[in-house]
Amino acid sequence: MNKLIIAVAAMLPMLGSPVWAQDTVKIGYIDPLSGGGASVGEGGLKTFQYLADELNAKGGILGQKVEIVPLDNKVNPQESLVQAQKAIDAGIHYITQGNGSSVAAALEDFVTKHNTRNPGKEVLYFNYAAVDPALTNEKCSYWHFRWDAGSDVKMEALTNYMKNTPSIKKVYLINQDYSFGQSVRTDARKMLAAKRPDIQIVGDELHPLLKVTDFSPYIAKIKASGADSVVTGNWGQDIALLLKAAADAGLKVNWYTYYAGGAGGPTAIKQANLDHQVFQITEGIPNAGFKPAIDFEKDFRAKVNMSLWYPRAVNEMRMFKAAAEKAKSVDPVKVAAALEDMKFEVLDGGEGFMRKDDHQFFQPIYISSFGSLKADEPFDEEKTGWGWHMVAKVDTAQTIVPTTCKMKRP
Amino acid sequence: MTDTATPATNIPTAPRGNNLRFYGMWAIGAIALVVLPLIFSSGGALTSFSLIGISIIFALSYNILLGQTGLLSFGHAVQYGLGGFMAVHLMNAIAAHGWFIPLPLAPLAGGVGGLAFAIVIGWVMTKRAGTVFAMISLGIGELVASSSLILRSVFGGESGITTDRTALPHIFGWSFGPQIQIYYLIAFWLMISTIAMYALTRTPLGRVCNAVRDNPERVEFIGYDPHVVRYIAFCLSGFFAGIAGGLAAINFEIANSAYLGAAQSGLVLFATFIGGTAYFVGPILGAILVTYLQLGLTSVTSVWQLYFGIIFIAIVMFAPGGIAGIVMMHRPLIRAGTLGTVIPAYLVSLVPTLVLALGVILAIETVAHYAESQGSAFSLFGIPFDTGSPLTWAAAVVLIVVGFLVARITWRRVAEAWDRATTVARERGYLA
Amino acid sequence: MLELIVISTLNGILFGMLLFLLSSGLTVIFSMMGVLNFAHASFYMLGAFFGYQLSRWIGFWPALVIAPLLVGMIGMAVERYGLRNTHKHGHVAELLLTFGLAFAIEEIVAMIWGRSPMDYRVPAALDFPAFSVFSTNYPAYKIFMLAVSALVFVVLLIVLKRTRVGLVVQAALTHPTMVAHLGHNVGRVFMLVFGVGSALAGLAGVIAGPSLVTQSDMAALLGPILFVVIVFGGLGSLPGAFIASLIIGLVQTFAVALNGSLASMFGPLDPGMGPSVLTDIWNVTIAQIAPILPYLLLVLVLIVRPMGLMGTRET
Repeated sequence: MNKLIIAVAAMLPMLGSPVWAQDTVKIGYIDPLSGGGASVGEGGLKTFQYLADELNAKGGILGQKVEIVPLDNKVNPQESLVQAQKAIDAGIHYITQGNGSSVAAALEDFVTKHNTRNPGKEVLYFNYAAVDPALTNEKCSYWHFRWDAGSDVKMEALTNYMKNTPSIKKVYLINQDYSFGQSVRTDARKMLAAKRPDIQIVGDELHPLLKVTDFSPYIAKIKASGADSVVTGNWGQDIALLLKAAADAGLKVNWYTYYAGGAGGPTAIKQANLDHQVFQITEGIPNAGFKPAIDFEKDFRAKVNMSLWYPRAVNEMRMFKAAAEKAKSVDPVKVAAALEDMKFEVLDGGEGFMRKDDHQFFQPIYISSFGSLKADEPFDEEKTGWGWHMVAKVDTAQTIVPTTCKMKRP
Repeated sequence: MTDTATPATNIPTAPRGNNLRFYGMWAIGAIALVVLPLIFSSGGALTSFSLIGISIIFALSYNILLGQTGLLSFGHAVQYGLGGFMAVHLMNAIAAHGWFIPLPLAPLAGGVGGLAFAIVIGWVMTKRAGTVFAMISLGIGELVASSSLILRSVFGGESGITTDRTALPHIFGWSFGPQIQIYYLIAFWLMISTIAMYALTRTPLGRVCNAVRDNPERVEFIGYDPHVVRYIAFCLSGFFAGIAGGLAAINFEIANSAYLGAAQSGLVLFATFIGGTAYFVGPILGAILVTYLQLGLTSVTSVWQLYFGIIFIAIVMFAPGGIAGIVMMHRPLIRAGTLGTVIPAYLVSLVPTLVLALGVILAIETVAHYAESQGSAFSLFGIPFDTGSPLTWAAAVVLIVVGFLVARITWRRVAEAWDRATTVARERGYLA
Repeated sequence: MLELIVISTLNGILFGMLLFLLSSGLTVIFSMMGVLNFAHASFYMLGAFFGYQLSRWIGFWPALVIAPLLVGMIGMAVERYGLRNTHKHGHVAELLLTFGLAFAIEEIVAMIWGRSPMDYRVPAALDFPAFSVFSTNYPAYKIFMLAVSALVFVVLLIVLKRTRVGLVVQAALTHPTMVAHLGHNVGRVFMLVFGVGSALAGLAGVIAGPSLVTQSDMAALLGPILFVVIVFGGLGSLPGAFIASLIIGLVQTFAVALNGSLASMFGPLDPGMGPSVLTDIWNVTIAQIAPILPYLLLVLVLIVRPMGLMGTRET
């Protein structure tokens, strides 16, 4: 019981009035820092802290120090709203979040309502990883900016690559049964039908999210369908188990994935020995051969002891600084205005822009495969000795998708 | 849990002065609810109070099952969540059709939602008590949580359904945008639900529930069907859980599948059990503590789940009556006037017990930080520690070992003092 | 079609036997002690992590023996210092104790090994395809898992039904004082039973670890389905758990193989109706709901026959 008393005593400041200095720009980082998603959340936190240090070393934003405030949401939407409220109480005007479309949808809604009800106390929401297209379409908000490519944007890039790859003839779709998985599936069907009508969709599977322990029946179906390529948005254990089961059954197909590179993915691919059979669609890869990005990656790995999962976080933070300097203020309303239609040179080279219509950032997209490294590819993943090899780079112009967003502007 | 349950049911025969004290307690509660936000007015505090209020209703509704009727449910969040969805749908419908139904009535829709589900599913669920009921509730919980992702038109998939509470007709000039207004709305429903649920424990139905919990066979002999009693208790419990869910939906302005999940069901079990199931105040204390820990502990340590587990194990093993049980154990001593004789022993044992707890916390935090990044520094209660240094590890071990050895001696003293005090109390006729 | 049926049957049996291996320990503990052990999946996870760690140090085969023993010892400690003291407060308190334990174990494992999946590999000696059917390979490791599960089933049945030890254990449950009077240490019998049950979970962990994902949330992901197996089969019945495992394995695999939905059977609904609950139900495929079918089975069985398929008592 006494332990409780100590813990309670330690937490008393929570009820007190917030203390915060005017000369720092605080960014509330709302992601899982405990429980199942903690490894991903911790990785993101370290990334953002590294980026804040980088900015601070160059004088911060408009002379103000940048500080990342970690807030644990346990990937629960309700918990995220409580944390966002906490952040706002502490005088934070910028929050960033990435894991979980459900969390993102709740936060986007919350920020929009908060800003309408509390004029003069606006908060901006920077999304670095939640890719549900709804966030920049039917649910879009003026106060939300997304640096990751939406799943439709990535599919646009992937299908533009597939368009020019004649070896792909039969495609199988397998996705998790929730909004993201469904959007992958519908976009793939729609875009492939438009760009490569000769490609056959030989299977279209939805399975419950994170509930399947044995994927061999799914593999049996893929095998029976005669597919040569599989497109999947699976992540976490759903991709690891899927690939393992495929390797066990001796299925030889090419895997086009969104998240094979997520924590644990590279380990699973290496275990399954799928050398250069697993592809990933990302906004940047370490082995792209662009000098500043290589230098950045080297320094990042040396200091943080992990590979850079989120090149988009780099773009987000650097662009935030650029927008604040353009607006000559860290006032969220002015920063938001400055971010609209802003052009920006991304980490891995090439120009991207923040579309005004829906606040989606468009940037070059890379298709890469995971496997044994070539001589000029310095970076491996998760100490497997294998790494990402660039297969194709899709230019920004090739990734533009229309939006249905009807944004309410202040 | 069943045989320790001797709820404070002797009040009806108590003298008049007790009556005054009884109403005084409720009045104090009501005043506290009104005054609290005036003292702690920051947004974070208001949010915390609102959540605590919701979880008190939820935990009390759970105790209708666990404490009063002896039904262990692993799926109580189903009714809570469905209540939430019901409230959100109603709010959206009101806004869309321009009906004149003000927001404060929306939680009632939540209650109806929880009740409706309980009526439909409860009859087959409550056929048996014990493990069978627990397992059915687990299965139903999983089923509903999974179906909520499939039935998108009702549950909105995993992103859920949002609503705007300010879009409803305003009353008394309240828009219900600011959190303070939501707090008072929750406080209002908290008061009403608590009184209703307390009154329920005093009705013949409440008593028959207790009898069904303790000995269903004898209940059958006196002419009641335990199945019907369990069913009614289940429905009432579902109603109040639905109210809590409806309030949560108003507070967050969103309902999603996380409301229905196993985590939510586990949390309410934690809260109720830690607080103590045998007394009406137990779940209230438990809900306050668990919600507070859940909000606060997470910003202090990343391994809060471990502390939760340890606290829970400790309660199950050493104080199966929960916090309320510990407090109520002292009532006969207070009446007999022998409480004073145990307090010195408590104080003496407090020091080594604290040392032991400190050692455990230090050990856990050291391991947690060491595993995260070898040889990093962290601070505990303002004292800096270095996980890489053997000194830190040694300090943790010494605190645990010394704390435990000394504490064990003092615990024995406490037990002796306790025995003496209860013997006296028994002699004076305050303890059976 | 034949291909799909043969392969699905094979996959179903393989998965079902894995489920049985996982749930055998749970059902042993329940049938002997009447304790529903919520921490069982946590012991399974401990087995996987010990197996991973030991196989890195001393190889897979020694780990296969040592890791279950370690887990069994932890289980005995839990019984001796935890459950035995809680026993007087009834079964619900015991169940809640293991509930809290499951929380704590998950966090401890995450603290020590982190939350990322471990690189736990199939031993080289078993890393080859055993045979292939319709050009689908079946790895030798899966056959090994099958063999171990079958062995566990047979040995457990013999020990419980045909040996003196088994009789003493069963008698200790129903007539503890009588057994004690006959000179047996009832406390030790329970401790041993709990230890054996936990060790079985540990064994399942060592074996399933390389084939599934060894990660700190593996217990939470598998836990509920184990309860489905033993409740569905009949609490405390070993043959029941065996049959339930196979049924659930087969049902899940065949459900995945089927693409049918109401829409494909009766034709699509009128698109003018717009989205509603009906369209959701109409369009959902059997494959989509495959992993929740076990829960549906559980609820149905409990409603119709509360003691489960082969159970003999209700609570």
